[in-house]
Amino acid sequence: MVAHQPLRVVRCGGSKLSGARAAFSADAKYLLCTSGDYVKVYSTATEECVHILQGHTNLVTGIQLNPQNHMQLYSCSLDGTIKLWDFTDGILIKTFVVGYKLFALYMLADSEGSVFIIIPKKNEDASDSFQLVSVKLPKTPDQEVEAKDLSLILDDIGRSPKCTAFGREGEYVASVRGLHLLVHFFKKKKTNRFPLSGTSRKGANNYFTCVACHPKEDCIASGHKDGKIRLWRNFNHKREYTFSTLHWHHDVVMDVAFSVEGNSLLSGGVESVLVQWRDGSDCKKEFLPRLGSTIEHISVSPDGTFYCTSHTDNKITIVHSNLRVSAVIQGLVKGSDVKTGLVVDPRTKALVLNGKPGHLQFYCLQTDKQLYNLDIVQQEYIHQVGLHQTELVKAAFNTQGSWLATVEQREDKEIELELQMKLWNYDEQTQSFTLNTRINMPHEAHITALCFRDTDELEDATPTLVTAGKDGRFKVWMLVNDSAEKPSMSWSCGFVGSYHNYPANSCCFSEDGSLLAVSFEETVTVWDSDTWDLKCTFCHPPGKIRNLCFGRLSCSKYLLGTTDNGFLCCWNLLSCALEWSTQLNVIVLQPDPLSENIAAVSQLLDHSDLFVFKPNEPRPFCIQRNVCRERVQWAVFIPRDVPESVGSEKHQWLNRSQLYMLTETQDLLTFSTKSPEERLTPSSKQLAVEESLPVTPFYLLLGKHRRQQQSKENAELGTAVIQSQLPQDSPEIKELLHTPAHVLPSASFLCSIFINSLLISKENKSSGDVVDEVEMDSEKAEDESDEDVELSEMEQDTNPTEFLGEIAPKLSKAQEKELRKIRRMDYSWVAAL
Amino acid sequence: MGEFQVHRVRFFAYVPAGVRCLAHCARSARLALARTDGALEVYNFAANYFQEKRIPGHETRSTEALCWAAGDRLFGAGLSGDISEYDLEKLRVKYSLDAFGGPIWSMAADPSGTQLAVGCEDGSVKLFQVLPGKIQFERSLDRQRGRVLSLSWHPSGTRIAAGSIDVLRVFDVPSGRTIQRMLVDRRLQGPRSCECVVWSVAFLSDGTIASADSAGKVQFWDSEKGTLLETHPVSSSAALSLAVSEEEDSIVVGTSQGAVYQFQRLPVRWGGADSRWVRTKPFQHHTHDVRAVAHSQTALISGGLDAQLVIRPLMERMHGKGYDAALRKFTFPHRCLVSCAKKAGLLLFQFPQHLELWRLGATTAAGKDGDILPVSRAPEHLLQLKSKGPEHICSSCISPCGSWIAYSTASRLHLHRVRWENSSCSIKRVCKVPKWLCSAHQLLCSADSTRLFVASDQGTVHVLKLLEPGGCKHLQTLRPNSGGSEAVYLLAASADGDWLAAAGGDWKIHIYSLRSFKPRCTVPAYSCAVTALAIHPATNNLVIAHSDQQVFEFSIPDREYTAWSRKVQRQGLHKDWLERDTPITHITFNPKQPAHILLHDTYMFCILDKSLPLPDDATPLMNQTTLKQLSEKARRGHAHAFKICKKYQPLLFVDLLEEGCLVVVERPLMDIKTQLPPPVQQKKFGT
Repeated sequence: MVAHQPLRVVRCGGSKLSGARAAFSADAKYLLCTSGDYVKVYSTATEECVHILQGHTNLVTGIQLNPQNHMQLYSCSLDGTIKLWDFTDGILIKTFVVGYKLFALYMLADSEGSVFIIIPKKNEDASDSFQLVSVKLPKTPDQEVEAKDLSLILDDIGRSPKCTAFGREGEYVASVRGLHLLVHFFKKKKTNRFPLSGTSRKGANNYFTCVACHPKEDCIASGHKDGKIRLWRNFNHKREYTFSTLHWHHDVVMDVAFSVEGNSLLSGGVESVLVQWRDGSDCKKEFLPRLGSTIEHISVSPDGTFYCTSHTDNKITIVHSNLRVSAVIQGLVKGSDVKTGLVVDPRTKALVLNGKPGHLQFYCLQTDKQLYNLDIVQQEYIHQVGLHQTELVKAAFNTQGSWLATVEQREDKEIELELQMKLWNYDEQTQSFTLNTRINMPHEAHITALCFRDTDELEDATPTLVTAGKDGRFKVWMLVNDSAEKPSMSWSCGFVGSYHNYPANSCCFSEDGSLLAVSFEETVTVWDSDTWDLKCTFCHPPGKIRNLCFGRLSCSKYLLGTTDNGFLCCWNLLSCALEWSTQLNVIVLQPDPLSENIAAVSQLLDHSDLFVFKPNEPRPFCIQRNVCRERVQWAVFIPRDVPESVGSEKHQWLNRSQLYMLTETQDLLTFSTKSPEERLTPSSKQLAVEESLPVTPFYLLLGKHRRQQQSKENAELGTAVIQSQLPQDSPEIKELLHTPAHVLPSASFLCSIFINSLLISKENKSSGDVVDEVEMDSEKAEDESDEDVELSEMEQDTNPTEFLGEIAPKLSKAQEKELRKIRRMDYSWVAAL
Repeated sequence: MGEFQVHRVRFFAYVPAGVRCLAHCARSARLALARTDGALEVYNFAANYFQEKRIPGHETRSTEALCWAAGDRLFGAGLSGDISEYDLEKLRVKYSLDAFGGPIWSMAADPSGTQLAVGCEDGSVKLFQVLPGKIQFERSLDRQRGRVLSLSWHPSGTRIAAGSIDVLRVFDVPSGRTIQRMLVDRRLQGPRSCECVVWSVAFLSDGTIASADSAGKVQFWDSEKGTLLETHPVSSSAALSLAVSEEEDSIVVGTSQGAVYQFQRLPVRWGGADSRWVRTKPFQHHTHDVRAVAHSQTALISGGLDAQLVIRPLMERMHGKGYDAALRKFTFPHRCLVSCAKKAGLLLFQFPQHLELWRLGATTAAGKDGDILPVSRAPEHLLQLKSKGPEHICSSCISPCGSWIAYSTASRLHLHRVRWENSSCSIKRVCKVPKWLCSAHQLLCSADSTRLFVASDQGTVHVLKLLEPGGCKHLQTLRPNSGGSEAVYLLAASADGDWLAAAGGDWKIHIYSLRSFKPRCTVPAYSCAVTALAIHPATNNLVIAHSDQQVFEFSIPDREYTAWSRKVQRQGLHKDWLERDTPITHITFNPKQPAHILLHDTYMFCILDKSLPLPDDATPLMNQTTLKQLSEKARRGHAHAFKICKKYQPLLFVDLLEEGCLVVVERPLMDIKTQLPPPVQQKKFGT
């Protein structure tokens, strides 16, 4: 590992899956979709990510199967390259450098060696007009080839890949922009332009949104802003062209697609209903409703068995051709304004934030998958312009993750504010949150903050929640036993506090829960959480307090606050005096729950900076300038499952937890010290391992069980204990057999590992126990204090050496890395022994 | 423009009858239209879609099918079981022949126009030969079960497709045998017993049959194999009518939801031989059943039970945006149904079966421009005069003094004397009307109410003298010199009682002297139909409006066009004036302003001031609102001859009473709609 790798900002949390039309492999076993800078390969049967094709350095804008070889995939990106991949093995075969920003990619079956791309007219960022050009891809054996042989096909077209489509056998290309349909005929080299009227008496909005061409006939389907679909025919005549209209959608048609044979037309829009029109007839249509959110793209598998729809909430639905949903690939739900901020579920360490309208999503960042959705509002979401829905605005967990508090509100100009607070209890049996208490109008005005009192499990304190509202009050809610006979617990208000009737901005409990800080406009008040007495006040005029947090661990005597006029202040609670303050326009202030570190993100003009500091010293030990161009809205520290050893002293703060930030454009960012190649997620690799499809995670789980049972029986019978650890079960072998050949080290080097894995370790059983114990220890240590961390880390480092016995001393650094990977794998089989 | 006290009349409860069938003749560019009350109208597309001829309806004669055959001969057949030929010169039924097959539902002429096939209630298809001056029964094809609702000839003339209930049959004409029998699917939803009626069929030259049925689908069949080729559901209710263009590349379909659809035959691939029918454009101009459609070279024509005739041009077949490229809707007849007794302030409304006499209201208040005055005496419905017999009234008039009412049916002229006693009135029929005065296409009373002019179907005008206390005497018959034979449909008499102008179906205008009862002269022939005539009371100039929107002024004393008329022809009329939709149906004059001519069509009312300069195409034709905002001086500079008022729409009649009041008879379309039966219920999105 390189010691002084610079800290890089990395997009994570599953970039937008619906950025471009997804593509099916020829046998419809794989679904390929773009995801930020990557192309992801999903299995259509199991919904699992099989490969991630990494290599582009900017957003991937289009993917297309190689018509000559359907095991290969072309992708184009804003970085100006077209890459050819072997997607079954996840290998980059070739890179063609075009040198323009590429916005779309089209391939034709018979046009050998040339592709069609959409590029900006003058290769400028600001340029508003785009052109369709064809590029000759040179046939040279080199890995990286320049492709500069461009020829213009159509000028002044739309940027979106949906606005251009190629017709039957590549005879013509249709492109829409604004109110015009352009059709270019390759053979005759002629372009026809068909205008539509911009205004009409009936309030139609004829703007084109998308286009598709019939695969067998001369017919073009176009979608429009007012929900109409037009089927154009006879468009080789300038005057005698004709179109028929299909109208079901009430709002914009987002995408249209023909089925493989052209018998049916698929369309989708904001209604989140997939409509299938048979024979281009208005009367013969079928629907697949309730797909969750706006359909952005529709694509069809080459063998005709599947359709797939990409949705705005970062979801891909795979639909069987009989219009039954067969699989759903869900990424981090984006789209709606994240009002809850980023919250960590202490139980699953999942990121919790607004998901679908009225829902709270639990997202596992390690596996890059959504765990589940919790319906908070529990009302049917109706899409309608101008309709105000109930929104989920706040969410908070207590330290153990057993209680969840949510606040929802509905705001309308005419109607008064509707507020509702709900408290959810985690039910161990059903493994989900159940509604415990519902409180209508907890405050008269908007709730600005809510937080639970942190209590240790040992302490038998009643769970306490504090809410601060714009009505100038903060309220303390406590869990009480409300009925005498049955032990039913519910929440009720225990104390109402106010300070000169100023609106309360934020509230915060100290780490031990003994103090509560509530800010009222410019004043910070500190309250004793036992007696609810006002202890002291701090003030830093003239700015209003924006954020408030207590220091942790050794710095728990400090209270930090930021003001909206650009000050960061640190007060000492023992001396009740300002310890230090600095001028910094802090937008987000986030303490690390596992250390004293506090991260502050400041906004300066057009970029955001990150500062990480400890409250006891005003000098930040890590400054990261220019984190991103957009405004950072929220940030959160998420504890790592396994502490990572970061070489650089400067980046020590990333050891135990990772900082995630959410920007205004809903990008989730984090920091990485590793080089891009190293960031291969191990979990996805492991899934690629399994031999035959379909292998569901469920099967994996059961299969393991069965194998373990078998091995147990074997052990009882006393026959061949060796079999309990079959060669292919060993992680080393798996690694060896299933890693793509081009990334494997030399065979001579692997030999020793392979041989070793075949040997039966003598203290196999005992070592397994040791591993288990040590891990438990380390978890406890993490909870307890900071000082133990190093110790536990050392212990863990010794694990593999102990396990692998003799060969350990010989290992080089690279091998160590390899081993660390292995160590992170599943050891459950050991435990079962 | 001048200020008038306006009687805004909306109590003329006229409801036009629905359109039952249409027949388009491409050769003469004429469209024959039959209404549900049996009336027949002929529109001339060359003369700005003017409703050239009208044959009044008949109680028992309901036309179910119309067709042109043997050139310009028009045949009709209906539920009475008769086939009739219409005499378009004399505007009456020439003869009728019973087909002896019960009610006739359908009729089609073979491509050469020498044979007529009729489909009867008893399931027979009968062939009639068209001979000069008559038709003759030829033979019957194989009789089958079920009434024959639609018929179509193959362009070769050897096959006939016949639509019946639940079945479609193909007949071989030479042998008279059924060679194919194709079952039509019933509606899938709803009760199975609901039978499927094939309302319309069309036989195409390649052997394909297109059918429209009550299950709301348009189907294409292969007549050789008897198989279904394509099905296009177009409506949740019935598809009622279907028509094919001459090139057989376009079909128009009317449905009972008021929508009209166009189907086009389009190649599946360019250069490929196979083509398919694709539903392309929907048009929703009707609110009720579209019972009849026709396909002209450049337009889709549809007529519905909401009494509208809609001509929708196909833009891809038009060359540029001309007069023909506009959508046209016709609801009202192109002639006056109202006559006004100027002196007595009475209005006579003509309905198909009765007449209504109303006295106009009065007011004592005065106000300024734009005020609505309170009515001190409400308009009064004085009497209703029902015509006897099954025939409908074809013309009527009231004398200016209000004491004579005359009306005519297709076979008889009726004259009534109205007696006034204080405010009540009584009516007495004049018995001694000469019997040989069988029918009148137009009736007119002289200004002094002593003479009645009766326009007969022979091209002559009879003059009757009205005698007190209740009698009449035939004075003279005015015959044109040239001996034209087409019926006279417009009359105009001069105020001094010296002159009478008569316009006939051959578009000639004859002027007769009423002193000598001799023809005085003819107005120089003009190649367009006359829509309105009037003689100026002071100068005896005849003002003529033509269907191409030209206006002429002919001086009867000088027997030539006046200087103003020549100037108008030299300069040409304003472009907007020439592109109006409806013809001028009535002309009147203001005695106080001799230079003014008052004209009106359905959508505007205009005062033509001969003393002012004519506008050129650059100046706006409608400038009354802008003129109002200008100062007196500037106004004079901008004023031109046409002073147009569009406040009252749709107009059926405008006239000036003696005391300078204007009578305006309106018939709002909404009022007609409320009279119609409720349309097919349709779910509208968002309601």
